[in-house]
Amino acid sequence: MEPAIETRHVTRILQEAVPVTLVKDINLKIAPGEFVSVTGPSGSGKSSLLYLLGLLDVPTEGEVLIDGQSTAGLERAELAALRLEKLGFVFQFHFLLPEFSVAQNVMLPMQRLGRLSEKEIKERAAELLDYFEIGEQGTKRPDQLSGGQRQRVAIARALANNPKIILADEPTGNLDTKNSDIVRDIFVRLARDEGMTVVAVTHDTDFADAADRNVHLVDGMVARS
Amino acid sequence: MLFSRVNFQIAFAHLLNRRRQSLVSVLGVALGVGFFIGTSSLMQGSENDFVSRLVDSQPHITVKDEFREPARQPLFTIFQEGAVALKGVKPREYLRGIKNYKGKLEQLEAIEGVIAAPGLSGASIVRYGGEERNVSILGIDPDVEPRLTTIEEDMREGSLDALKTTADGIVIGKGLSDRLHLNMGDLASVIAPSGNVVLMKVVGIFRAGNILLDEGQAYVLLKDAQVLFNKPNIADRLRIKLPDPNTALEFSRQLEQRWDYKAESWQEVNEDILGLFVVRNAILYSIVSAIMIVASFGIFNIISTVVMEKRRDIAILMSMGFRARDIRAIFLIQGFVVGIIGMLTGWGVGIGLISTLASIEFDVEGLIDAQGFPLDYGFTQFVIAGIFALASAVLAAWLPAHRASQVRPVDIIRGAA
Ligand SMILES: Nc1ncnc2c1ncn2[C@@H]1O[C@H](COP(=O)(O)OP(=O)(O)O)[C@@H](O)[C@H]1O
Ligand SMILES: [Mg+2]
Repeated sequence: MEPAIETRHVTRILQEAVPVTLVKDINLKIAPGEFVSVTGPSGSGKSSLLYLLGLLDVPTEGEVLIDGQSTAGLERAELAALRLEKLGFVFQFHFLLPEFSVAQNVMLPMQRLGRLSEKEIKERAAELLDYFEIGEQGTKRPDQLSGGQRQRVAIARALANNPKIILADEPTGNLDTKNSDIVRDIFVRLARDEGMTVVAVTHDTDFADAADRNVHLVDGMVARS
Repeated sequence: MLFSRVNFQIAFAHLLNRRRQSLVSVLGVALGVGFFIGTSSLMQGSENDFVSRLVDSQPHITVKDEFREPARQPLFTIFQEGAVALKGVKPREYLRGIKNYKGKLEQLEAIEGVIAAPGLSGASIVRYGGEERNVSILGIDPDVEPRLTTIEEDMREGSLDALKTTADGIVIGKGLSDRLHLNMGDLASVIAPSGNVVLMKVVGIFRAGNILLDEGQAYVLLKDAQVLFNKPNIADRLRIKLPDPNTALEFSRQLEQRWDYKAESWQEVNEDILGLFVVRNAILYSIVSAIMIVASFGIFNIISTVVMEKRRDIAILMSMGFRARDIRAIFLIQGFVVGIIGMLTGWGVGIGLISTLASIEFDVEGLIDAQGFPLDYGFTQFVIAGIFALASAVLAAWLPAHRASQVRPVDIIRGAA
């Protein structure tokens, strides 16, 4: 089977006055349905790697393949189309749009994709919120929710277009223990029960232990995999 | 799909989120549009009013017994390229007047809707009670004159028709009447350059509101003018009114080509006045452009602010899969919406201004009827103002919208995390 995500000699160097190497010669194969945690000291390039896997950034050398398809040389709009359909992001901060209700936030990616009718989009948003036990919060604004609830909304939004791959950058980094546990369980559930490919950057050892595999970065390079 | 529903939703959310600023930029556009409509209605109205007065008050075309270019000397025709000078040429003496003017008149009158009359004009001195004035005398046909000019409407005493029933009658202006203390029924001496003197009786006094006419113009029967100036059976001009005044320029050219005589259209005669309107309109449009530029700055300002504030949202939308052009569309839509709402509100302001202006009445000294502003209710101003508003709104939104589309999500997300 094709790996869900593959990197071949991926290097990303920032062309500053003094060039900064974010990640160097990364070679990874992540199978469909695999749950991978990414760990490493602060500044080791975990976020940078995640942005590259998520096609938010492009490598200076090497290539990233999604579902066996190379993404090298794709236009910005083509990368955006891949993100829209195949990838879901969860960040340390929820990044919900403050002007929109919780449900509307979840609906946005579906509306952008435009495959479902407005009615179906509403229904799916409601289902997703129910799944994360925040169904009653749909009409509220994001700032009326607790941190843990917001992060669950962000996860629901990432799942809106039913992507195969979820990329998370320290999704529990900003949460208390109780909410961390809830969010971690969600990712475990997505990987185990829903068969999703999950790559999660984390400092949380429980989280890392729950994963099938751990990738440990040091100075932008894979130290252990 | 660029202007898809979700892009609209986000654009509206951004505008509604900064209600007050959005309102201010809408008002900016609305004021620009409204004032444009108000002023241009006034300007167009007064122009139309003025032009229609101009067109009504005088013949559309006057064919004169003159030539646009003096006759060429045979010598120059022979030595076309040569450096030849000719001195002491005496103009040929010819009895001025339009040849066979009656035949030409018939040709003109044969055309549907065309009104034409012969005229004979000449300089004279009017003397009364020891005082005298230079007066231009025009010999006319009182039956046709009311359809050629508005002189009959300007009559204050007597009438043009009285010329027909009074032997050697004359119609003079109020100015001349005042200067010479020459009143209805008085007999004045009218002296032609030839020395011919005719005693004429005042049968009418007009006031055209134009000092040149009121002090310096008088009307007599064509026949009497011919006697006074010693030009029997001669007319030195054909005065023509057309069904459509706008065709005067073209028609005068045709006449001039056919008959050689100089044919002046009302446009030619009033070229400088009509030129003033062009200048006036240019001024109007520059003022409105200036207002619109100010309004554009307002739009530019609000959208730039939103783009700056929403960089995180832009980044997150992009990470979700919104393309650069979706982001651009979101902000262009905001400019467009401000433009549209501004335009509609501006139309309302414009209508309000016009109806306020229309309800104002004032008396102009010397005029009998109460006067209001001459206004034009043309649809074109609304369209022009609308196009102006939309174009400047979208242009103003373009730069910040483009900047928004160039956001690199990684820069923002990394910075925020
Ligand atoms: N725009 C930038 N300019 C300079 N250095 C940067 C920039 N972005 C990231 N870095 C550096 O690159 C390294 C990797 O960053 P990051 O991927 O965020 O690490 P992590 O997520 O593991 O903490 C860090 O040392 C960071 O300081
Ligand atoms: Mg990081």
